[in-house]
Amino acid sequence: MTTWNMLTLVGQDKPGIVAKITMALFDAGAQLGEASMMRLGGNFTIMLMVKSDQSIEQLKESIASVVEQLQLSSSFQPIEAYLHHHEISDTRITVYGADRPGIVAKTTEHLLQAGFNILDLTSDVAGEESDPIYIMSIEGIAGEDPHDLDSAIVQIKADGVNIDMTTIDIMIG
Amino acid sequence: MALLDILKYPNETLKKISEPVDVFDDKLIAFLIDLEETMRAGPGGVGIAAPQVGCFQRIAIVDVSSKPKIKHNGCMILVNPEIKTWKGMKVGREGCMSVPDYTGNVIRAEKITLHATNAQGTMIDYECEGYEARAVQHELDHLDGLLFLDRLVSRRTDLFKRVVS
Repeated sequence: MTTWNMLTLVGQDKPGIVAKITMALFDAGAQLGEASMMRLGGNFTIMLMVKSDQSIEQLKESIASVVEQLQLSSSFQPIEAYLHHHEISDTRITVYGADRPGIVAKTTEHLLQAGFNILDLTSDVAGEESDPIYIMSIEGIAGEDPHDLDSAIVQIKADGVNIDMTTIDIMIG
Repeated sequence: MALLDILKYPNETLKKISEPVDVFDDKLIAFLIDLEETMRAGPGGVGIAAPQVGCFQRIAIVDVSSKPKIKHNGCMILVNPEIKTWKGMKVGREGCMSVPDYTGNVIRAEKITLHATNAQGTMIDYECEGYEARAVQHELDHLDGLLFLDRLVSRRTDLFKRVVS
């Protein structure tokens, strides 16, 4: 039976990870779906939808030599997944401030209470090593009552970070 | 009046360059009526270009007047349009009736001036900015066989404006 699996993979960044892993999957007859791949803290990370009529053991075997050669850590997890079911973000929120524990937890807790559904979050630590800043960009779908999000923004600001909210106005042509 | 079928990529004809209109007749007016109706039938559609319905002539319609609180020129019938000036740049999110189920960030000029003829062949000058300027540039790209997919920038591009001190 053909099913979707989520391949999660991480390892010290080096050239060739994407090409070698995806070629091994191609050779094994697998179909790839949506993916997120990026370098985080010197590691290269992959989240990749893989569709195949092979078992997870067979999929693991198909990338085993690449995983070993490039010293990667990986796992396949069966998922219930669909293509062409995108949710469209209507709001972008950016947050930044002096790095300290709790920025992500407190910000996202306030957003949750406001009924905000996060679809995409990326964050970075930048600035001087001795004086780091935390920068986070969130996209998602605002809850029904815009006042809830407005008050969440006020509360997040009160936690001592800079926050900016903009509506994502999509032009369909 | 009739709703026209929208061509969807990977239909490669969307990459064709369209030809100028040189005959202004009842047939053109009838086509413009159908094209406008097709645009308005699309979900959130604020613009349409003739190649999207398989007519490879330099014709587009833009009408962003349904959007609140923005400057606009009403319903713009753009036959043989030509952008004359571009000013400023801004990243914005776009989608397209010919590329369903995908939206992406595209850099467009914030302000443009253009001229185009109307259905009767009279030349009209326009000034557009913001959302309307984006819509016009998106539609005019179709006339040159370009999709917004040809102009995508990373979703991370617009996170922070680089401050030059």
